[in-house]
Amino acid sequence: MSTAIAAGDERLARSSTFVRVMRRPEIGALMGAIVVYVFFSAVDTTGTFVGLNGAARWTDVAATTGIVAVAVALLMIGGEFDLSAGVMVGTSGLFAGLLISEYNMPVWPAIALTFVFAACIGLLNGWLVVKTGLPSFIVTLAMFFSLRGVNLGVTKLLTDTVRVADIDEGEGFESARAVFAAELWQPYGFKVAVIWWVVLTVIATWVLTRTKFGNWIFAVGGDKLAARNTGVPVNRTKIVLFMYTSTSAALVGIISLMRLRSMQAGQGVGEEFVFIIAAVVGGCLLTGGYGSAIGASIGSAIIGMAFIGIAYAGWNTDWSWLFLGLILFVAVLTNSVIGKRFSGGRK
Amino acid sequence: MTIDNTAVDTAALRLDGVTMRFGSVIALSDVSIHVDPGTVTCVLGDNGAGKSTLIKILSGVYTPSDGNFLLEGKKANFSSPRDALDQGIATVFQDLATVPLMSVWRNFFLGNEPTKGFFPFRRLNTKYAKDACKAELMDMGIDIRDPDQAVGTLSGGERQAVAIARAVHFGAKVLILDEPTSALGVKQSGVVLKYVLQAKERGVAVVFITHNPHHAFLVGDRFFLLNRGKMIAQYERADVSREELVRAMAGGAELDALAHEIETLTTE
Repeated sequence: MSTAIAAGDERLARSSTFVRVMRRPEIGALMGAIVVYVFFSAVDTTGTFVGLNGAARWTDVAATTGIVAVAVALLMIGGEFDLSAGVMVGTSGLFAGLLISEYNMPVWPAIALTFVFAACIGLLNGWLVVKTGLPSFIVTLAMFFSLRGVNLGVTKLLTDTVRVADIDEGEGFESARAVFAAELWQPYGFKVAVIWWVVLTVIATWVLTRTKFGNWIFAVGGDKLAARNTGVPVNRTKIVLFMYTSTSAALVGIISLMRLRSMQAGQGVGEEFVFIIAAVVGGCLLTGGYGSAIGASIGSAIIGMAFIGIAYAGWNTDWSWLFLGLILFVAVLTNSVIGKRFSGGRK
Repeated sequence: MTIDNTAVDTAALRLDGVTMRFGSVIALSDVSIHVDPGTVTCVLGDNGAGKSTLIKILSGVYTPSDGNFLLEGKKANFSSPRDALDQGIATVFQDLATVPLMSVWRNFFLGNEPTKGFFPFRRLNTKYAKDACKAELMDMGIDIRDPDQAVGTLSGGERQAVAIARAVHFGAKVLILDEPTSALGVKQSGVVLKYVLQAKERGVAVVFITHNPHHAFLVGDRFFLLNRGKMIAQYERADVSREELVRAMAGGAELDALAHEIETLTTE
């Protein structure tokens, strides 16, 4: 017992407020966001990056990334991946679009049906993962390619083109557009998606850190067997996380559809890794059991600033992928150094 | 071989002639044990003796093929480990009891989280959870300074202690410990054995499953020896010395033969 007390004293001595702050999973992302913001303010050639006009642009990219990235972060904390999250954006947009343009369904019922459909895809992902015991990396990779094929195949079959258009002729389009794609605070033109993003981040953070279900998310990702032994419904927790991920992808799909009034069959493909990058930059461990929802949102903000900042700097936007790669590497390195330095509990 | 199981039924848990078959393999054959409240019952056995099968029956993972499983005199009817847990049988599995990346208080209340507020605003009662966790651990003599620290930062013995304290806190009537000391050093084992006695003093019926007769002898009130799926001996604390226990556990004559064999090897 004396050894335990001595060890406790040692640990107590190190727990200053500074260390407590540095222990937060999203601290690396927050420092990164500040660096990226300062950097793109400095190289900006248009003079608009720092102002509200610039903010309206980069928060839009951040929002459409962040809505899904937050869900992906929760799923990763729960110990699973979803590589089909990107293509689900396209699938849901096309699903809603085809219902409206080809089957003349009013817009609101079409949107409701799309969320149900997306939840079913998430349910299928989750059910396959827990029933087969295969890695979710493989199961959702298979789902990714299947949906990619279905997106093109079904769209061509029904429209003879690779896009779905004429959404604005659907009944109720204007009210749906107001909810999912309105622009606020003129003349800057902030997108309403930003509000969805912020609200969903707050809810996800609250659920993760303050509720019973959040406790289960950490447990199933941290040690599945220990969680099961203490009576946590492991499979149900994972399936719910897969459903949350696919429905948040559907929300972004609906947002794009309402904004563009059309949908390309290839939409969303490639985004799955952007979501994962945002989550990892935000402090999620690839091995599960650790991370933060707000971190994933900060990661998305970094991605938004990078995409818009590179354009404002007058550089070719092709460079943004290189930038994403570097951000990912530096962020993970920083997180791991901070983690080793300050938490001790992270393996 | 007969085993005396004639005690009046005050037993917290009783197995009566339990047999477990997996196809043609007989993992346990006619095993009877009884566990009284406020005592430590040790089940000793070498590798392959049937300890794991026994734990899985007690914790509700398997239903025995034959024989009776009585809980406080009534027939136990579990379909899952969760059922067993709800009826007061808590099992602390070696290495599989706590989540290292989670804080002590989150681990302590995992699966039994205290909440406040109404749906959809029902949330964890974090303040109560932290205080209760700290107080309960302190009561068991475990001094956790900071309930927010990750369980991964604790030593192996402390982790087992947290799992034991958790089971006791949630009103376990029967506490099953699966090899709690096998991965630990001497000092850490001592720490865990102390918590085993703490649990016993609170009236919990402790089942201590181990292959280490020295550890068992330190805390046990009654000893059951398993070998090849059969119960080969039963001792009360007063009737057995440590040497006898070690010898019986190692299979008496077998150990003499082994010692002789090793001796010849080393002298050659």
